[in-house]
Amino acid sequence: MNRRELLDLYYLEARAKLIDVAAFLDRLDRADGAPDFRLTAFTQALTQLEPGREPRVERVLASLSDPTTEPIAVATTKAACGAWPGK
Amino acid sequence: MRYIEPHAHMVSRVTDDYRAMTLAGCAAVCEPAFWAGFDRSAAAGFYDYFRQLTDHEPQRAAKFGLPHFSWLCINPKESEDVGLAREVIALIPQFLDRPNVLGIGEIGLNKNSRNELKVLEMHVDLAARHHQLILVHTPHLEDKLKGTRLILDVLRADARIQPERCLIDHVEEHTVKMVLDAGFWGGMTLYPETKCTAARAVDMIEQYSGERLWMNSACDWGVSVPLAIPLAALELRRRGHGAEAIDRLIYQNPVRFLSQCSKFKLPNEAVTPV
Repeated sequence: MNRRELLDLYYLEARAKLIDVAAFLDRLDRADGAPDFRLTAFTQALTQLEPGREPRVERVLASLSDPTTEPIAVATTKAACGAWPGK
Repeated sequence: MRYIEPHAHMVSRVTDDYRAMTLAGCAAVCEPAFWAGFDRSAAAGFYDYFRQLTDHEPQRAAKFGLPHFSWLCINPKESEDVGLAREVIALIPQFLDRPNVLGIGEIGLNKNSRNELKVLEMHVDLAARHHQLILVHTPHLEDKLKGTRLILDVLRADARIQPERCLIDHVEEHTVKMVLDAGFWGGMTLYPETKCTAARAVDMIEQYSGERLWMNSACDWGVSVPLAIPLAALELRRRGHGAEAIDRLIYQNPVRFLSQCSKFKLPNEAVTPV
């Protein structure tokens, strides 16, 4: 598909998601609370939307990932939260 | 339209889902062993779960003329207890000759811990000793990139393992290339929030040819969509892919991988008459 066809197919959906992100950040701004590593990671990931050598989606996913290479000593939880707390 | 659902946790789904999947064109469903949402208290709980996967669930699917296949293991979410894992793995060989068992899965990592790695290596050894296909779960969200690398290291370190007989599931854009480049198959899981949307799955198919890729719903007891594959087929169609290309991705590809197990027989040969 060419760029025009892809815009026809996905523009409104992407626009809605973009506005949702803006509203999410505004909602957080209005709320009280301590700093949270997830918001830090999210804000950092947004900077990966600028053009670059690697595709944006790979850079965003990598920026939200654990960058270490060694196994952890013990799994103390089963859940993942979508951002690496070690940052 | 016809399709294979290569990864669905049907024990967690209602009978209406079997009916809806069959109506949508599902020709076979494959169910890897999974975490129940809570930790089982003993190996005996897994013995009964394996009976459910190899006996009861195929009968439930057969009411809709749908062949049901399964994969056996202790899931990575319960792999921190190596002693329990050893007991459960010892139970598996007695089930491997059941007619619907395709291999060992979904094994892998969850939080990338040392004990999870030990249990993964035990499963890989079990699969190699019994010449079983392997279905691998890669970790969630922030743990996926590191976990996928660790998993590939384990598989490549065992000379008995043939990459073309292993499918690495839940790939995303930051892991798909390393999986395919190493000769493994990749699975894309279509989830509403985590993992992968249909549009992103189509992106990856277009960039990596789709030769060794499949899609699955991985529907379970959480937020998931049992009809995710037919919905992804619609996305492929919206993106201009023809009927033959769609059939290759959602039917022929899984058949090609799964047919490496001689027990994977399709509809008319495998279905028990209702």
